[in-house]
Amino acid sequence: MGATAIRFENVTLGYGRHPAVHHLEGEIAPGSLTAIVGPNGAGKSTLLKGVVGALKPLQGRITLSTGARTRIAYLPQASELDRTFPIGVYDLVAMGLWGSRGLFGGIGRAERPRIEAAIAAVGLSGFESRAIGTLSGGQMQRALFARLLLQDAPLILLDEPFTAIDAKTTADLLGLVRRWHDEDRTVVTVLHDIEMVRGTFPRTMLIARELVAHGETDAVLGPENLLLARRMVEAANDRAPVCAQA
Amino acid sequence: MPAMIYEALLAPFVEFEFMRRALVGALALALAAGPIGVFLMLRRMSLTGDAMAHAILPGAAIGFLVSGLWLPALTLGGFVAGVAVALASGLVTRLTRLGEDASLAAFYLLSLALGVTIVSMRGSNVDLMHVLFGTVLALDDGALLLIGAIATVTLGALALMYRPLVLECVDPVFLGSVSRAGGVVHLAFLVLVVANLVGGFQALGTLLAVGLMMLPAASARFWARDVTGMIAIATGTGMLSGAAGLLLSYHWELPAGPAIILVAGGAYLVSLLVGPERGLLRLAFPGRHLEA
Repeated sequence: MGATAIRFENVTLGYGRHPAVHHLEGEIAPGSLTAIVGPNGAGKSTLLKGVVGALKPLQGRITLSTGARTRIAYLPQASELDRTFPIGVYDLVAMGLWGSRGLFGGIGRAERPRIEAAIAAVGLSGFESRAIGTLSGGQMQRALFARLLLQDAPLILLDEPFTAIDAKTTADLLGLVRRWHDEDRTVVTVLHDIEMVRGTFPRTMLIARELVAHGETDAVLGPENLLLARRMVEAANDRAPVCAQA
Repeated sequence: MPAMIYEALLAPFVEFEFMRRALVGALALALAAGPIGVFLMLRRMSLTGDAMAHAILPGAAIGFLVSGLWLPALTLGGFVAGVAVALASGLVTRLTRLGEDASLAAFYLLSLALGVTIVSMRGSNVDLMHVLFGTVLALDDGALLLIGAIATVTLGALALMYRPLVLECVDPVFLGSVSRAGGVVHLAFLVLVVANLVGGFQALGTLLAVGLMMLPAASARFWARDVTGMIAIATGTGMLSGAAGLLLSYHWELPAGPAIILVAGGAYLVSLLVGPERGLLRLAFPGRHLEA
């Protein structure tokens, strides 16, 4: 792996012609544990979508050292998962093996121990045959973390993974995040709980459409930077002039 | 007693070739329509299937205009028209603000009117009835081979793309993050839907072909909890409906195609009422609650 896991070069991401992330520069080191912080509408989720490749930059470049997309494990915010679909926890988690088994590779008895271990690691043993529609919000999030575990990816992107999740579940899942960090995986997590960031995440990228600060968490999350981030203008303006750097 | 059962259930098929052919056709149709219908339902595309069934009409009608009731022309025309409407409405949805339901509705209404007009230009009302409601009792070798081939290809293709197809329904964002297969799978699935509608159109006509897909699938939702179970139940229900519908039509001189769909519809109503998975009776009388 190179010296950077993700490199942002003058990255502008947006919807239509309106930038949600504006001229972002920066590098995320391999094996680092980074929180992305910023006010609502700051472009945090948009930035992750750009990294996954779901959104093409309007300008600039995002380079990944991991290469292929199957090497990214991505947990979107308020996932578009159809919870009425008749599928069980076991099958949902097993989909995490896609990267290693691919489109047609069998997922059978040989993989069973790994899938069961992942389900056990998130504390959902006994729920294997439950339909996903019957899970609570926290249980669902646990199941999705089990799927992330199976993806076994060097780069893990989490978008607000602890929203509306109780303290116990958050603590358990945060333990998995720490474990990934210990295993030298690169983890980038969008968060809004500043205390959690200070407690667990060594590095922070503070954005408010534009990059405010990026570096050691304690330095980044100082009062001046937080104030700066809060001043961001939220509304997109149809009559805004064309950006001088575009 | 055995003689009565024989008379009621077997004799029609033993004695008459056209009944045997109809049975083979209906069973083959139901075999592929079961899983296709279940996926249409789970992807919330039940009405898409209906719209596509109408969309086949002008293509088949042009085939009819050129060649009369000659099977290859009808089939090819229907298939091309169905895929064209599916692609066009998909494109309109992506490029404009019109939702998929609205753009499909626009295209299929256009297709239906165009199709009926074209058939009427050359054919009689009898021809129109053939195209709209099918001729399950007059399936020739070509039609049976076509239906069989479509069922075979459908089952093979579904087996190959089962995993991405399920995943594209459950969690499209996840599929998009691990693979580019999503778009291809969606397209391949639409092609399979059109192919099955074209196959069904020989037997049941454009208007009823979709019935053998949707009614068994909707019934299955009330009996099974997981996709696999639903597919098995839908396929079984479809095949039984085919056989029972043909027998009803034989004994009571009902039109065969509608009889098949009526049986499937009856199975749906029964499932809705007594099905264990949130059927109406179960909802009304859930039983006393459990400890945990």
